[in-house]
Amino acid sequence: MSVDGQGRSHWFDDEAGPVVRPYAMTRGRTTSPAQHRLDLIAVVVTEPDAGDPETDPTLSPEHVEIVGLCRTAPQSVAELATELDLPIGVVRVLIGDLVHAELVHVTRPVPPAELPDESILRDVINGLRAL
Amino acid sequence: MILGRTERGMPPVEPVTLKILVAGGFGVGKTTLVGAVSEIRPLRTEESLTEAGRPVDDISGVEGKNTTTVAMDFGRITLREDLVLYLFGTPGQERFWFMWDELSEGALGAVVLADTRRLEDCFAAVDYFERRSIPFVVGVNCFEGASRYPAEAVRQALDLDEDVPVLLCDARDRETVKEVLIGVVQHAMEYAADRREAVTG
Repeated sequence: MSVDGQGRSHWFDDEAGPVVRPYAMTRGRTTSPAQHRLDLIAVVVTEPDAGDPETDPTLSPEHVEIVGLCRTAPQSVAELATELDLPIGVVRVLIGDLVHAELVHVTRPVPPAELPDESILRDVINGLRAL
Repeated sequence: MILGRTERGMPPVEPVTLKILVAGGFGVGKTTLVGAVSEIRPLRTEESLTEAGRPVDDISGVEGKNTTTVAMDFGRITLREDLVLYLFGTPGQERFWFMWDELSEGALGAVVLADTRRLEDCFAAVDYFERRSIPFVVGVNCFEGASRYPAEAVRQALDLDEDVPVLLCDARDRETVKEVLIGVVQHAMEYAADRREAVTG
C-alpha cells in the first residue's frame, strides 16, 4: 500500500505497478469452480486441525498468508484483500482453493433479501449507542 | 495456558457480519463519514476491471496495462465479539455502478449522503436504492459555509417517500454519524415489519 510506505524505501514504487500481475497468482483463473461468489463480508476461518500450510508445496505464499491470518482471528474477504493488497477477485479464487483443500471454511453472511433477526438488529442499535 | 491443547482446541469466535452502504456523489464525505465511526482507519480494497469484462471475454493474463481498478473504502465497527458491522463507501463515479449490485447484496441498508450545494449528485443513489427496495436514509452533510436547509426542504427537493428518514449530520462528527447509522437500522426494521405485514395481511 502506498500510504503506509513512507518510512520504507522500495526499489520499485506503486507507479511501476505490481511486480507480479495479480491474476498470475491464481494461474489465470478468475473464478473458483467449487465456489459461488463470496460476499465481501463473508468470514474466512482457518480449520482448527489445519496443519502447517507452509509444508504444502501446492500452496502459494499468499495461500499460506491467508491461512495464517485467519488462524489468529477470522477475517472478512474485504479485510483479507486489503491485508494482502490484492484485488478482491484474486482473493476469492485463493480462498476457493483453500476451502477445497479443507484448510479454511467460510461463514456466509445473512442471505440477500432476508433481513437478519430482529433481535440482532436491536443488538446493532444498542451496540452503536454504546460506542 | 497449561494445556497446549486448549489453546488450539478453542475455536475462534465466528462473528455475524452485517454491512451498511454509504453512497452519494463524489467528494460528499463518504470516506470521512466511515472514518468518523470506524475502529480502523478506512481501508481501501480494490477490484480490477478485468473482473467486469469476464463474462464477455477471457482476458486473464493479458490484463496488464489496461487494468483499471475500482477502489472501495470500508470501515469496521465491532459491536460485540460476535457481531461486526462493516461500512462500505460505494464508488462515486457512475461508471462503476456494476460494483453496487454486488455491494448491495445482503446489505442491511444504506446512507445516501447529500450536500445541499450539490443535491443533484445524490439523485442517482436515491434512485438506485428505491428501485431495489433497499431501505435507506438521507444524511444531509452540513458543510461549513453551506446554508442549512430544513430536512423537509431536502425531502421535497429529492422527492422522497414520506417514510424515508432525512437526518442532518456532520460526517466528521462521530455522534451525529452514529445517529445516522442507528437511523438506518431502525428504518430497516420498520421496513421489514411493513413488508411482513404486506405479505401476511
